[in-house]
Amino acid sequence: MTEQIEAQGKRSGVNLVGLTKMDYKGNPSTLCQGCGHNSISSQIIAACFELNVHPEEVVKFSGIGCSSKSAYYFLNRSFGFNGLHGRMPSLATGALFADYTLKGLGVSGDGDTASIGLGQFKHLLRRNMKLVYIIENNGVYGLTKGQFSATADQGLELKSHGVNPYMPVDIAWEALIGHATFVARSFAGDPKQVKELIKAALNHNGVAVLDIISPCVTFNNIDQATQSYVWGKDHETALHELSFVPRAEEILVEYNENEVKEVQLHDGSTILLKKLGRDYDPTDRSAAITILEESNACQCLITGLIYINPNQPSMVDMYNLTEKPLNRLTEVELRPKRETLLELNNTF
Amino acid sequence: MQTQSEEARKSEKRSQIINDFSITIATVNGSGSQTSNATILRSIFKMGIPVSGKNIFPSNIQGLPTWYTVRVNKEGFVAREDESDILIEMNSATFNEDLAKLKPGGVLFCDEQIHLPFERSEIFYYPMPIKEIVRQVEAPPNLRDYLANMVYVGILAQLIGIEFEKIHQALEFHFKGKSKPVNINFEVVLRAAEWVKQHLEKKDPFYLEPMEMTKGLILTDGNTAAALGAIYGGVQFASWYPITPATSLAENLQNYLPKLRKDVDTEKNTFAVIQAEDELSAIGMAIGAGWGGLRAMTSTSGPGLSLMSEYIGLGYFAEVPVVIWDVQRIGPSTGLPTRTAQGDLTFIAFLGHGDTQHIILLPGNINEVFEFGWKAFDIAEQIQTPVIILSDLDLGMNQWMGKPFEYPDSPMKRGKVLWEKDLEQLDGKWARYLDVDGDGITYRTVIGNRHPQAAYFTRGTGHDEYSRYSEDPQNWHDLLERLRKKFVTAKPLLPKPVIERMVMSEIGIISIGSTNPAIQESRHKLAQQGIKSDFMRIRAYPFVGEEKEFIESHEINYVVEMNRDGQLNQLLRIEYPELANRLRSFAYSDGLPLTAKRLFDFIQQDKE
Ligand SMILES: Cc1ncc(C[n+]2csc(CCOP(=O)(O)OP(=O)(O)O)c2C)c(N)n1
Ligand code: SF4
Ligand SMILES: [Mg+2]
Repeated sequence: MTEQIEAQGKRSGVNLVGLTKMDYKGNPSTLCQGCGHNSISSQIIAACFELNVHPEEVVKFSGIGCSSKSAYYFLNRSFGFNGLHGRMPSLATGALFADYTLKGLGVSGDGDTASIGLGQFKHLLRRNMKLVYIIENNGVYGLTKGQFSATADQGLELKSHGVNPYMPVDIAWEALIGHATFVARSFAGDPKQVKELIKAALNHNGVAVLDIISPCVTFNNIDQATQSYVWGKDHETALHELSFVPRAEEILVEYNENEVKEVQLHDGSTILLKKLGRDYDPTDRSAAITILEESNACQCLITGLIYINPNQPSMVDMYNLTEKPLNRLTEVELRPKRETLLELNNTF
Repeated sequence: MQTQSEEARKSEKRSQIINDFSITIATVNGSGSQTSNATILRSIFKMGIPVSGKNIFPSNIQGLPTWYTVRVNKEGFVAREDESDILIEMNSATFNEDLAKLKPGGVLFCDEQIHLPFERSEIFYYPMPIKEIVRQVEAPPNLRDYLANMVYVGILAQLIGIEFEKIHQALEFHFKGKSKPVNINFEVVLRAAEWVKQHLEKKDPFYLEPMEMTKGLILTDGNTAAALGAIYGGVQFASWYPITPATSLAENLQNYLPKLRKDVDTEKNTFAVIQAEDELSAIGMAIGAGWGGLRAMTSTSGPGLSLMSEYIGLGYFAEVPVVIWDVQRIGPSTGLPTRTAQGDLTFIAFLGHGDTQHIILLPGNINEVFEFGWKAFDIAEQIQTPVIILSDLDLGMNQWMGKPFEYPDSPMKRGKVLWEKDLEQLDGKWARYLDVDGDGITYRTVIGNRHPQAAYFTRGTGHDEYSRYSEDPQNWHDLLERLRKKFVTAKPLLPKPVIERMVMSEIGIISIGSTNPAIQESRHKLAQQGIKSDFMRIRAYPFVGEEKEFIESHEINYVVEMNRDGQLNQLLRIEYPELANRLRSFAYSDGLPLTAKRLFDFIQQDKE
């Protein structure tokens, strides 16, 4: 029943699975012009197109908020569930047990994740559910018109809400201490990095947290706010230049081994991290902690792949499930034989 | 031994009370008395005598008073009684209150170490030298306290006539055939019995005699039955959070699923059970799994359901099949976690904000618990909505006799699900919420369906037939009307009420769930007083229709339930306002299972 999205222009540029970028589009966005969330949606579309995944192999999840609404604005041919405020992790966890071959992609907001949903978020991490979890972080509640969220800067002053007196929740920090196996921070104003991170995340066998600063142009875009475009542009320091190389592809670019770090993922694909200024090893947890601490101390926006552990089994791996996806099993496989009940009755 | 004359023996036989009494065992929780009590219960059951056992326990791990009541009745009336004929007293703290509930002419077995005075000259009193007897058995010191409780099993058995062979069988059952604990416990029982032979003379009138009434029956608890029902219903996903009295339901799933539901060739699991971080998450996972096409469930009790209401409302509105067990405990709030009630009925019927309504199944015995356990998935998937099963602490955690569980008599009904080949036939033309069949139930696809037209976007916001966001007033109105229609479609799938009539009856009695044994017994007693009754036990909500005719056929219908507000009565009045003057509420709730006497007294007085 997928709605046909009007092709704007001709269908050109077919990827390896025979689809054009149009096949990855969603419904027209109803978010504000210039909202960071729209730019992230575009990068989700681009990443999936370039990864050559069938949209039917991706399942979208979201909570409630402008950010969560955005799940309707990309991947129209993918199943999606726009659930409850702060409760997307549980929904996605249950759903993904139905067919372990699928890739889960969740979009959430800073309110959805760091306020009402903090509990479910942390538990998703400790279970290492295979799910890409994007937080479109703007420091405010967009959809309810601009109240401070739990990630708002302390001291931030907004027209209608005064000064925020509280310390912020740092989502990347929470993810890291919460044992997330993939933690990245990025900026909606850096589309290339966002796209490559999404590609890598979609191939990670476990939970992948992407804390993406995504400015709310309507309620929190004053230049001093750390979640604004201007501040982000001025203060972003990328840890590395990141590119994702799928399993089937050979790494063609020649590079100097001292310049580039390779991280091999579970499925054989690779993340290439080209050094920018400093040596950084994202498989080193204590280095990750240090860099987040430094990012806070220097008041800068350090972006990139902060931490990765590609070797931890994912939640579904722990359940020893049948090779056939659970939701394709039939009565023969699901209802024990009659004799078994006779035996059981004898035990009571 | 003295020789009795034929005459004397006959008169003694006449004054004997055989297979018709209640036993209360008063202990301290955490002392291991459960094994002893279960042994008494099962050995009487194995003697063929109808019996029930109810654990009245504190919300505590160790050190507080706990009671176990055993009702033995040759006619099969095994509801709990408030007063007992035999008291086994192991707890000095409750001595006086327990003694007050011992019937005149009853029997007191008392741990010798409880030196408390009492003035009940009409009772039979047997002191029990618990310590002394345990000391005779070679056992590790850490086991002594547990074994102390086996002493009263042996003393009771010797005096009322529980067969020792049956005790051995009950111990084997309890310890799953492990000979070491069976032997040591049995030795204590035999020593205690030996002590009785040497030191006590039987004076009381209570006796057990073997019967054939439990032949072919099983004895187990509702939470076991529920888990097995779900397993034979093909449960694939269960998420839960611990809460008394629902915990053992999920634990039984964890116990039985690996034995019953591994793929035979690969040893791979066809199921997943997840202990969630709270009920918000447990229901979220279950709804996600149900949406994904799995037979999904969760089990909880009142406080958990309060937390689940937001997601259950979404399940109703987005039309997601899921099965939810509410093993009720008494509320409001935390209430009494270890006490029973039927207080969640109206809360569940409309759980969630806005116009919501839910299908509720209401089992009244362990066989129905099992049956509804598998049927609930068929109903949920056919109607595409949450189905809630209301059990309660008494039904869920206490031991009930029942027929052997019956294998499902119909194949699984998975409802209107379209897979790739179906969509090919439809040329990809379908809409998630389009009522093509006119029964309110629309077609759905589930994730993993690779057809390019398979996907749709599920939401808890207003939506049109294509599941697109819609604020259109007509659209909203029509959607809610269609949801209402689903409940009409559901009715023929729901269990009908069980109706039992007496000739020349003058009153009707209406109830749900676990009050059944108390009601049957009071009907029997009322009939002996000349008050004949018909009985309707409702087993589903929404009401299926037959309730009306029953109510109409009596001027007075007593609506019996274990809550304060008469919630079943309220629902009946909403459904049949024109019959309201025929409904009389008997709503009583104190945390304990209903007794026959309370209902009998009420109806008798009301009739006067
Ligand atoms: C239980 C519940 N409480 C409150 C709301 C109202 N609500 C909707 S969106 C939102 C905040 C969203 O903020 P965020 O997640 O940061 O998303 P943004 O709009 O900023 O992208 C709130 C409080 C709700 N939908 N549900
Ligand atoms: S209010 Fe803010 S977050 Fe919401 S759409 Fe507009 S810019 Fe985006
Ligand atoms: Mg926000």
